[in-house]
Amino acid sequence: MSESPLDSLSPRRRVSVSPRLFLLFVVALVLLYGVIYPNIHVVVASFQQNGTWSVANYIQALSQPIVLESILASVGVSVLTVLLCAAVGIPLAFLFERYSFPARRVFAGLAALPLVLPPLVGTVAFIFLCGESGILARFVQSVFHLDHSPWSLRGWPALLLFHTYTMYPFFYVLTGAGLTRIDASLAEAGRSLGASRTRVVTRILLPQLTPSLIAAALLTFMTSMASFSAPLLFGGGVRVLTLEIYTARQRGDASLAITETVILAAISLSALFFFQRYEGTRRFAAAAMKGSTKKRQPMAHGGVRSLAIVCGILFSLLLVLPVATLLLVSFAREGNWTTQTLPSAYTFANYVRIFSDSRASEVFLNSLSMSAIAAGAALLWSFSVAALLARKGSRKLKRLLSWLILVPWALPGTVVAVAIAESYGQPSLLLGSFILVGTFWILPVVYFLRFMPLVVRAVQASMEQLDATLEEAAASLGASWWQRFRRVTLPLVWPGAIAGTLLAFVIALGEYVASVLVFVPTNRPVSIAIASELRDFNLGTAAAYGVVLMLMIGVIMTIAARLERARA
Amino acid sequence: MPLLSLKNLSKRFDKTPAVTEVSLDVERGEFFGLLGPSGCGKTTTLRMIAGLEQPDSGAISFEDTTITNLPAEKRGFGMVFQNYALFPHLNVLENVAFGLRARHKSQAEIMERVKSALELVQLPGYEKRKVDELSGGQQQRVAIARAIAIEPALLLFDEPLSNLDVTLREETRGELRELVKRLGLTAVYVTHDQEEAFALCDRISVMVGGRILQTGRPRDLYEHPAQLSVGKFLGRNNLIRAMRLSSSKSEVGEFKTLEGGHTIRIPVTEKSLVPLNQPCILAIRPEHVLVTNSNAGLENALPATVREINFAGATSSIKLDANGLILEALALEADGLSVGDAVTLALPAERIALLKDE
Repeated sequence: MSESPLDSLSPRRRVSVSPRLFLLFVVALVLLYGVIYPNIHVVVASFQQNGTWSVANYIQALSQPIVLESILASVGVSVLTVLLCAAVGIPLAFLFERYSFPARRVFAGLAALPLVLPPLVGTVAFIFLCGESGILARFVQSVFHLDHSPWSLRGWPALLLFHTYTMYPFFYVLTGAGLTRIDASLAEAGRSLGASRTRVVTRILLPQLTPSLIAAALLTFMTSMASFSAPLLFGGGVRVLTLEIYTARQRGDASLAITETVILAAISLSALFFFQRYEGTRRFAAAAMKGSTKKRQPMAHGGVRSLAIVCGILFSLLLVLPVATLLLVSFAREGNWTTQTLPSAYTFANYVRIFSDSRASEVFLNSLSMSAIAAGAALLWSFSVAALLARKGSRKLKRLLSWLILVPWALPGTVVAVAIAESYGQPSLLLGSFILVGTFWILPVVYFLRFMPLVVRAVQASMEQLDATLEEAAASLGASWWQRFRRVTLPLVWPGAIAGTLLAFVIALGEYVASVLVFVPTNRPVSIAIASELRDFNLGTAAAYGVVLMLMIGVIMTIAARLERARA
Repeated sequence: MPLLSLKNLSKRFDKTPAVTEVSLDVERGEFFGLLGPSGCGKTTTLRMIAGLEQPDSGAISFEDTTITNLPAEKRGFGMVFQNYALFPHLNVLENVAFGLRARHKSQAEIMERVKSALELVQLPGYEKRKVDELSGGQQQRVAIARAIAIEPALLLFDEPLSNLDVTLREETRGELRELVKRLGLTAVYVTHDQEEAFALCDRISVMVGGRILQTGRPRDLYEHPAQLSVGKFLGRNNLIRAMRLSSSKSEVGEFKTLEGGHTIRIPVTEKSLVPLNQPCILAIRPEHVLVTNSNAGLENALPATVREINFAGATSSIKLDANGLILEALALEADGLSVGDAVTLALPAERIALLKDE
């Protein structure tokens, strides 16, 4: 009754090999053009002067006090940022994860808000709120009748304050996720063995949280090293590396820019290795236990409870204020907000202007189309990579592939942009006489390189959640590699992949760090428009741009969250 | 000529051997079992048959053709997974039709074969249901329907009943064997549950530590385990350490137990000769140990004291102490006995298996 099991050499066999070879070819090609060649090019260029090999560039760079100073400043700001973010994020996560009190969910949801704020928009909002001529400063000035602004938003304190505001969510979100994973019965076991509350936290909970905390510290450190908008707009005397690279390029000092780029890349990559190695030593095998239900302890105690609510409200205000300020300023009549605490006249003119003037509105079209191209390409690319990595094959090759893909994500945007600009800014080995720099395509390419690792991670995470036996079941039913991928893997991974793609799209929409280095008049993105309006003191218009950008981001993130929920 | 034949299959994961030198033959139409404790390599063996793992050495042949390196999708074997592995994004119809679509069957043929497969597993009309709406037992039936819809040359089961509750498991067990036999299929069935293997399988290989220890019909395995570990694994057993006393020429062997110092006589066939003064094991099932009040005319009768009586529903387990030799007996009625009673126990010679000490 059976079909022969050995109708093996059906003609379809050849077809199942060729798409895989094709994928391998595409993936290798993209990595060569996007990651391998530009990075090697920059490193090689940094070791060459007048066509000969030398370390003269480094000697020259490091002999300038300003370069040494900027290295120290970058690392110093980043370390302090990590500490401050941990100090804010970890207690918040404990508060929201372990206790329940009225309106907890509202506060908990708001706490991750700064994550979706594009850095440039956040910086602008911060200036309007707490800058030396911002709302808070004017308020204090008018209350105490001061002659001049009570403070200036410049230098280390300003930078650290802003970094903490925008980056503490890394600690908050990852600690929260770590806490939900910890089996509540472990803490109960600790208590039953006579450990005090503090002892339970320090000896049981924190050690288990270590992997989450390390991951958060890594993200915070890398983001802070790559930070550009905040140092540019209110860093004052603090000269960080990203800023130095930008100014060196503006001055036309290409070899200094390249050398600094390599130094910045080296610091970022060593941080990545350091953290990952440390993380490896602190992984805890999750014991397979019947899950004991974890309950949030209600805060019954009246005093503590009111304190928690008051703190929650204050904290939410702190989070929402910059965004609210941006919204307010976006309706302010240009040139009308001089010495008053709040703008005195309100209008829709700013919005009308950015949408009616074609030169003002085309930046939205640019950002949307470039981000869509980059995100769409990243989606296709991620599936190619995932399909390759899902195959049984050489483990070394896979590790190399994963590592190469991670590189552009680990590198600051400045480094990626400089590497691409330097590699394809003149006739090159790989592109012949075609010069990418100066064309519309430079930004989609840079966006793709910067954000495709995010999509790859999302796709891979979905693939890891996929039950391996489903693929095996499909194989046992006679489905070829391609049929298994198309009919089993793809439909199940799709929602996670789309969510990851939307996230990449959203981040690309507000991208500024790399854009500012390589944009051209034909592809001016929103962020460049915001910066130039700000420079011309068109504060209302800059704010209006920011608000529209945030609205777009908000809508897309809502869709992504829906998808994420549909999957669960 | 066997339908499926494994020759010296070995498989290591990193440095740990999972399966070592496994050889077995499965005849056409046979319901064949792989029985062993968890981690014994039975699932790895099944996965090598399915083509989901590649053996490090050895060969698999099917209908006299070597298929050792043939990918799973070319083998045409249906497999039922422990977790069922139903595709969550497809409904019942699409799940069962999956293998047929992979074979590019016509729509009409697909519908017909899906319908008859669902009827065979007693789920007619369930085509449009989503798989997560089904109960565990129903999901299990869909998994079986999916595997038989492709009219498999061989049907592989990886502990398919272990996720069902006890009553459903016993019910499904009977239906499963009946279905496989009715369709004239050949099946290889992996389980750690001895009772399940005995009820389902025509022949069973007992695997421990990656090796096959013994292959045979369930009754033979139970009553005549070839090795101590098989005897230990299959059901409860009284294991009595003893030394051979009588000369090796005698047809009736005399053994002295190390605990209690009793003399036990059993017939010794040529095959199971045990050298003099070598320790060996005498094994007897608790249900074969007789407990009486008189010792008239009984083989191997020993005086003993009742130590414990454990009521377990239909039977009671009685723990007996015969001068330091502790034995367990099963009795349907333990009413007359109480702890401390002096009784006589008897060990019928034909029920005693002689095993080498390992």
